[in-house]
Amino acid sequence: MPHLENMVLCRESQVATLQSLFGERHHFSFPSIFIYGHTASGKTYVTQTLLKTLELPHVFVNCVECFTLRLLLEQILNRLSHLSSSEDGYCTEITCDTFNDFVRLFKQVTKAESLKDQTVYIVLDKAEYLRDMEANLLPGFLRLQELTDRNVTVIFLSEIVWEKFRPNTGCFEPFVLYFPDYSIGNLQKILSHDHPPEYSADFYAAYINILLGVFYTVCRDLKELRHLAVLNFPKYCEPVVKGEASERDTRKLWRNIEPHLKKAMQTVYLREISSSQWEKLQNDDTDPGQLKGLSAYTHVELPYYSKFILIAAYLASYNPARTDKRFFLKHHGKIKKTNFLKKHEKTSNHLLGPKPFPLDRLLAILYSIVDSRVAPTANIFSQITSLVTLQLLALVGHDDQLDGPKYKCTVSLDFIRAIARTVNFDIIKYLYDFL
Amino acid sequence: MSNRKSKNNNLMHAECLSQVQRILRARFCHQNPHSNLFGVQVQYKHLIELLKRTAIHGESNSVLIIGPRGSGKTMLINHALKELMEIGEASENILQVHLNGLLQINDKIALKEITRQLNLENAVGDKVFGSFAENLSFLLEALKKGDRTNSCPVIFILDEFDLFAHHKNQTLLYNLFDISQTAQTPVSVIGLTCRLDILELLEKRVKSRFSHRQIHLMNSFGFPQYVKIFKEQLSLPAEFPDKVFAEKWNENVQMLALNRVTASHPFVTPADLMEANQLCSMDSKANIVHGLSVLEICLIIAMKHLNDIYEEEPFNFQMVYNEFQKFIQRKAHSVYNFEKPVVMKAFEHLQQLELIKPIERTSVNSQREYQLMKLLLDNTQIMNALQKYPNCPTDVRQWATSSLSWL
Repeated sequence: MPHLENMVLCRESQVATLQSLFGERHHFSFPSIFIYGHTASGKTYVTQTLLKTLELPHVFVNCVECFTLRLLLEQILNRLSHLSSSEDGYCTEITCDTFNDFVRLFKQVTKAESLKDQTVYIVLDKAEYLRDMEANLLPGFLRLQELTDRNVTVIFLSEIVWEKFRPNTGCFEPFVLYFPDYSIGNLQKILSHDHPPEYSADFYAAYINILLGVFYTVCRDLKELRHLAVLNFPKYCEPVVKGEASERDTRKLWRNIEPHLKKAMQTVYLREISSSQWEKLQNDDTDPGQLKGLSAYTHVELPYYSKFILIAAYLASYNPARTDKRFFLKHHGKIKKTNFLKKHEKTSNHLLGPKPFPLDRLLAILYSIVDSRVAPTANIFSQITSLVTLQLLALVGHDDQLDGPKYKCTVSLDFIRAIARTVNFDIIKYLYDFL
Repeated sequence: MSNRKSKNNNLMHAECLSQVQRILRARFCHQNPHSNLFGVQVQYKHLIELLKRTAIHGESNSVLIIGPRGSGKTMLINHALKELMEIGEASENILQVHLNGLLQINDKIALKEITRQLNLENAVGDKVFGSFAENLSFLLEALKKGDRTNSCPVIFILDEFDLFAHHKNQTLLYNLFDISQTAQTPVSVIGLTCRLDILELLEKRVKSRFSHRQIHLMNSFGFPQYVKIFKEQLSLPAEFPDKVFAEKWNENVQMLALNRVTASHPFVTPADLMEANQLCSMDSKANIVHGLSVLEICLIIAMKHLNDIYEEEPFNFQMVYNEFQKFIQRKAHSVYNFEKPVVMKAFEHLQQLELIKPIERTSVNSQREYQLMKLLLDNTQIMNALQKYPNCPTDVRQWATSSLSWL
């Protein structure tokens, strides 16, 4: 089918396999087919395009949209009855509560003239969510042809491999089909396919080449790459539009776009800023350093003592308790590292995560690092509570424990270093892992 | 003249092939029973005797057909029922009730289904009963026919029998077996299950009412028998030629091989079967690893090294990132030093693909970087996948194979 090949690129063998599996209209097909592959490898697109082009009666359902049993079954039945009664366009809404009713109603609906002799296809997209629904749903759909005694084939589309779907006592094994990921050549071909008509195909192909050079090692998802291609193309064309370079001046164009793409990786790719903000940024030509991503909003301005409380909390979380004497007392002895300690030193505390500490320890460390005298007023305690609200500290254990609350510090090393710098406190000196 | 003849031949050929496809597809997909029962004649005889005793002589009994998935239980019972219906004297008043554990997930639905299949909806319509047993006994009362003193024999076929054993109190099973032991109505209860330990699932009172008759279907075929079955299954009735192959037997292979039969490719060849076998025995996880980006591959290699050093202890993102940093700083020329959030996004993609899994559920308080995970691939899978990985940078590949002593 030449028409089909133009719509679906680089998937010829999968289309051929599917077509041969479907066979002719009235033939029986395999009762269930399981298609898996990475995101954006074309599973949904190819299946939909093939079924639409061949005009086979089918129902397409997304399991994320229909997340309960009732929604799923009712949608399938209603869509089928729409398919079969195309004359008047009016058909009663079918309600269906259980899988048993579904089988019974399905038999009724497929008795209609227009559906009688052909294979009906039910396509379940994002089929991994079926595993979390009722336990009889997945085995039931796998056997639907047998249970309803009709010519129906169920197609499952998923990212997850079939081995993770199989129920404990076994089930009817579907035909498993793999949609391989696109190679870099295929990606280039597909991405170059939607070049805007104002520019030549070669110009766009060179741009895609540069884009893939930057992003291919990180991400091979076609959807993300397409999104990035569309967003950054205006910036790429800028020198040509302004007249500074011609279309063939690859070096200049590359030098213009490369830092821009690197910046995009840190912002738009991570969804730190939205695409519309990114486009505005390109048009306004403001300094990209002023960009405020989502994670920038976590840097709040804290009052003086709160900063010290946070620093003390970080020290309490990441230093083992026995080392407090060494860091925070004026006259301390040396810590002898026993053999036991030496063996288990490999995993530093920074790899394992913060440890919980009691409130008393926090206050003790706080008093030793703050220069001036700090009175233990209610002010200090309320600042601790606001840090918990800001989720810079986390309360560990039960809320009702009034006399011994335990906390842990949930900020990263870079964050605390930035804070410590603002109060002229050298935190590295006090951290056990950096001794 | 010869052109037209060959065109006619092609047309006939295509028709003939369409017929072939139709017959064989109906046979495999729709499970139309083939006339031969391969190797289960003894069990078949046993079953048909039992059914005849219920249908003709009015004796109640119960039996369980046990066999692994795909051993032919449904085929056996369908065959037996078909033969039973062909016996004239029995066929007028045998009632069949087909229940399936996947469809009737509790006893209320099961009872409604029984009522429906016995066409008793009018009778039960406006009566309300207290217990399940009352309902069922009413149903069975309603089956007594006018002209004969006996009532109609009823055959209950319960597919996925083990799922019925999970219902509350096993009420349905208790009542069915009870009726098969005590009632006047000749009732035959036939259960089909894939679990060999089905008797341990039944409660004591249910088990004691069961007749402990079991029919086992163990496919202990040798290879020559498989080849014989293969030949018979693929062979076409009367007018088409038979083909003989001596290749690896695989059910899916058989189905897939059939797909390749088109007008230009009229016969199934050994090459097709080999190709189909390859398709079926692919390692699916290796396929998924094939499609990962280089950064994600580096993370998997880092996790592999952590597993080797710490002997399969769970790791978190921070540890993996640390390993990755060590690699970047010492060895890597082809992998750029990515920012931590970019690496985190790659890590989350691996989690989404279920190649790594958290050990316990996420609590809101803990940070994502410190959540403990484990890797669901083993070393041989990783190394095999790396061999096939396209355009793998050499230093990444060397990092994967090296032990700690590359320092």
